[in-house]
Formats: sequence, C-alpha cells, structure tokens
Amino acid sequence: MKTEELAEPKNPMEDFLRMDRIPHIWCPGCGIGTVVTSFADALRKSEIDLDKVAVVSGIGCAGRVAGYVKFDSFHSTHGRAIPFATGLKLANPELNVIVFSGDGDIAGIGGNHLIHAARRNMDILVICVNNFNYAMTGGQVAATSPLSANLSTAPYGNYEYPFSLPYLVDTCGATYAARWTALHIRRVTRSIQEALAKRGFRFIEVITPCVTLYARRNRLGDGLNLLKYYYDKSEIQHGADTRTLGIDYQGKLIVGKFVDREKPTFLECMNTHLQKALGSKYVPYGVKP
Amino acid sequence: MRKVKADPKGVLTGSHYLDGDFAIAEGALAAGCRFFAGYPITPSTETAERFAERIPFVGGVFIQMEDEIASITALIGASWAGQKAMTVTSGPGFSLMMENIGLAAMMETPIVIANVQRGGPSTGLPTLVGQADMMQVKFGSHGDYEIIALSPESPQECFDLTIKAFNLSETYRVPVFVMTDECVGHMHEKVVIPPAEQIELVERKYYEGPKEKYLPYKPDKDLVPFMVKAGDGYRFHTTGLTHDQRGYPVINAEAQDWCVKHLVDKIRKNANKIIEYQEDQTDNAEVVVVSYGITSRVAIKPVLDARKAGIKVGTLRLITVWPFPESRVKELAQKIKAFVVPELNLGQICREVERCAAGGAAAISVPHCGGWVHDPDDILKAIKEAAR
Repeated sequence: MKTEELAEPKNPMEDFLRMDRIPHIWCPGCGIGTVVTSFADALRKSEIDLDKVAVVSGIGCAGRVAGYVKFDSFHSTHGRAIPFATGLKLANPELNVIVFSGDGDIAGIGGNHLIHAARRNMDILVICVNNFNYAMTGGQVAATSPLSANLSTAPYGNYEYPFSLPYLVDTCGATYAARWTALHIRRVTRSIQEALAKRGFRFIEVITPCVTLYARRNRLGDGLNLLKYYYDKSEIQHGADTRTLGIDYQGKLIVGKFVDREKPTFLECMNTHLQKALGSKYVPYGVKP
Repeated sequence: MRKVKADPKGVLTGSHYLDGDFAIAEGALAAGCRFFAGYPITPSTETAERFAERIPFVGGVFIQMEDEIASITALIGASWAGQKAMTVTSGPGFSLMMENIGLAAMMETPIVIANVQRGGPSTGLPTLVGQADMMQVKFGSHGDYEIIALSPESPQECFDLTIKAFNLSETYRVPVFVMTDECVGHMHEKVVIPPAEQIELVERKYYEGPKEKYLPYKPDKDLVPFMVKAGDGYRFHTTGLTHDQRGYPVINAEAQDWCVKHLVDKIRKNANKIIEYQEDQTDNAEVVVVSYGITSRVAIKPVLDARKAGIKVGTLRLITVWPFPESRVKELAQKIKAFVVPELNLGQICREVERCAAGGAAAISVPHCGGWVHDPDDILKAIKEAAR
C-alpha cells in the first residue's frame, strides 16, 4: 500500500464545521447536533457555493449553531435572527441566507419577525429547532409547549395553547413549510435540500428531544426513550391540511411537507412593481445585468 | 483610510428649501447609503418617506420593518453584507432599539441612526420638541461601550452631519447617531447640496490579506479592526457574546476585559480626531454658554443681549456631543467663572459639563422639559447670574 493512501482520514464535517470550536456545548442526547449534520449534508448534496452561505442564529441552545458552522455566521440577539437575515439578504441578494435557531427565539420573542418575514416572502430559509421549552435558561414554558406539559415556569403543567408553527407560517404566506423530528435524519436532509433549491420564505420545523430539561421534568426517560416516542408517534402526511398539525402532550406528531408553493419574493415584487410604476427611470436592485 | 468622492447618482446637487428630516435623507443618499430600514414615528417619519421616494431612482432598498427592533437589526445585517445602512426614529422607537445598538457596538458594525428627539418619557409629546435622549444615546444599552453622537442645529447641518456620521461609522466601525430634534427636523431652511465631487466619503477599511489569517476583531494601529463582507469567502463568525479576536465566544473575565476595553478605547483614544465643536469669543470670556441642536439657535439672542449689557460671554456649540469634548471644557473651566447650559431636558449635558469642569468653574443648568424651546430671557437671566 502506498503511503499517501494512509493519510489521516478527513472528518466529513470538516468543510462545514469550525473544528476549532468542537466539542460543542449541547447535552448528550440533544437533537440539535443531528439537525446540524443534516444541514451540512444537505449543503453538500445541493452543491451550492458555500462562500455565499450565511447562517444567522438568535439566542438559546439552537442559537449556538451559528458559532459552530464554518460559513459567514452571525450570532445575533434573542429573537432577532430573522430581521438580521433580512438585512443580509437585501443588502447582498446573492447570499443564501439561513436562519438556524430555536422555537423560543423564532416563535416566542421573535414571533413578530417570523410572521412578517413570511408575509413579505423574504427570501430566506428558517430552520427552527423545536424542543418545546426554553432550554438554555433551564426549561421554562414556551409558545410551543404542549398543554399540560410540566415546565419550570409552569410547575403544575402548562395551560396556554401552543403555536402550531407550520400552520402559522402557512397562513402568513410561506412558500415552503415542513415538519420533521430529529429522528428523520434523511428526510430532514432532503427537506433542507428541497428548501435550498426554492426561493421565498421557507420554514422547516424539526422537533428535537431536550433530554436534560423537558424530558427529565416530564419523566419521559432518556434520549433513546424520546427517539422511540418519535418513532412510534410520528406519522408522515405530506400535504396535510396545516390546520390539523397541533401537537398534544406526548400525542401524535404529524410530519411531512405541507406547503410548497411558488410566488415572487420581496425583491422580485419590489423590482416588478417599481419597474411598472416608474418605467425606465427605475434603477433595478439586486438584479444581475 | 481610503477617501472617495460621492457617487453622483445619490447627490441632489443644488440649492434647496428642505426641512431637517428631508435633509437627513439627502445626506444619507449623498453618503452612499443604499439600505434604509425604518418604522414610522413622529417626528422622524419624513426621513423614511423621503428615502422611500428617492431610492428607486438611485438603486437600493427601502424597507418598512415591523418595528424598530427589526429595523436596527436589519441594518446590522445589511452592514455586514457591505451596504451603508441607516434608520431614523424618535423616543419610543429609540428605546426599542437599545438592545441591538449594543449588538452593533459589540459586533463593531458601522450603522447610522438618526433620532429626531421629541418630548418624553414614554409617548410624551409626539409632535413637540425635546432633547432628553442625550444620556440614553450614550448609556442606553446595557454594559460599557462607546458610540459617537452628533447634533445638528439646522437642516444644512442635518445634511452635512449625516454624511459625517457615515464617515465616522465607517472609520471606527461603530454606530453613529445624528441626534437632532423636532424643531430642527421640521424646520425648513436653505440647504445647499454640493456637487458629488466635492463630497468626500470614507471607504470602509476592508481586509485584503490571506483569507485564513483574517481576524475580525484584531485591532489595527488605529485600534479599529479590518472588516470583511459576508459572501466574500472569509467564513468569519461574529457574536454578541464576549469574544476574542477571532470573533469566537470566550466567557471569562480576561476576555471580557480585553473585549470591553477594546470597544471603549477605539473611541476614547481617537476622541481628539472625532470631536468637533464651534467656539466663539471664549478667549476672554467670563461665562461660556454650552449648547447643541436647536438650543444653540435659541441661545444666540441672549448671548448677544448679554454682550450688549457688557458681559463677556463666549459660546461653545457641541457638534459632537459624544465623545464629549472633555479636555476643552476642562481648559475653559480654568479661565472662566461659569458655564451656562441650556438644553431641552433637566440638565443631562450640564451634568457632563459639571463633571469635566471639576469645580474649576460653575455649571449652571437652564433646564426645560421640552414641548417648546427656551424663552431667551431665561438663558439671559442665567448668563447674568453666572457673571455675577
């Protein structure tokens, strides 16, 4: 055997992760890492220019993703990843801007930005890791916590109705909406690939286990127990009516791709409309000559 | 620091009759700002309206965001993608922006924010003047950091200082504020916009070395780190967390010491290059009136009246309010009896004058809660008292 063949094997994630920042801070059994792996895999398979990828996160466990991925990456403030991404995308329309953050960040404190970015059809992809609670701060009740689930600020069980995220973004006008669990590694990858190939406001929710807080507080067992729950309770229903996607405590998880529509993005609408209104005096923006 | 001439596309060369709000929009366009994100709020909205009307003919983006938090955060994103970006707001919107002003300072992002001040607190006086955000602009976000704040006294200065604000923000990688007020914002005056080739702009200091060696927070000789743009292949990281020169989070006291002192030092140690003020007859003065924005216009009459009455009055008009011209106030304090500081708040900048005077001269506040400008006689009374 020739010596060069014995060269140190390269970690397949090396092109995608800041290896000098590994190990990461996520708990054993947490699902965020597998979603990041799917994301990297999807980027590899999509063969898009990685120099043009920008990842924006907010604050929280999933908010740490921006710190680990080897792209232009921005760890912004709590809830503000979407407007940050909006600025990046509009200032340089060539960028492929991906928001990677958690449910508390995107749908809780950042909910206003979520609905408006979907309404405008801002050309960004949002990957929302949903672990049903505010994990970084110790397992508080979230806008996604199922009814009756026990959280540190809902110590006798949650009595607030949760958001159903694919339904929310569908009604706001997203061009793509899907939900998977962290167990659906290949499907998450394929879904991200599919979303990367589309334009407009694209949203993928990935239900992930929070072993340390949500599971422990609700006595749901370890990571393996949660994966088994996903395996038993998730049901793929592509194209399901998004009104039917509510998640009950330990209930059925309807997953799949629910929305896949074409419509012009914010910048396309702006250029088309202003061209029509102002004629040749209009200076088109972000359009390659 | 590379200087370039303004792009004629954005420059509306000529003599105009404009209000301060419009002049800010024209200043931004002349400075090469091609990204504006804003949210309507009286008395600043006209700037956003003017930008929205003009930008389609220049080539750029205006976006009305869902709130002021989104507006300022979008600016930070836009700036990292290489655009000069600005927003405009007033009291309540300014308060909403505070957290992400801290993010811009922490990420060392050049952005420009104009605050057309109205009476506060809370909803206060939406349509009437105030100058009570002068401490908020300096200290409003949590933690220690530095910013630059300019205060125009006329629509012409709204135009000129908006360009200066962009130049300073690009030079120092810092948020820069145009702290105007409702009176100047809604005051119509002649504004002369020079030809593009007479408008000098500072170009952002972009890193050009080997990609793998780029450090987003390594201070250069002038303490300001080199910047790069998203999409240029540097694959950099930046965070609101305390970080090292790589931009990587480091959560300990040593990293905090380096990070915070760096943010503060790059402004404090360059303060003499940043600070601009206008002085008149301070040489033999016994009293110096310190003012800024609309109040410096109001102070003209009482100063002239006092001189007629034989009082030696000088004036110090702050064009840069932050960083504060500390050493100049210290020097003057050794030579004069007292400073008189009229402002449309209960003594915010007077407090700073008093601190810098350090007992060398008295600092007499002429407070006013806003809603209208000072009665010139109140300022005159204070000058007379100071000269006694």
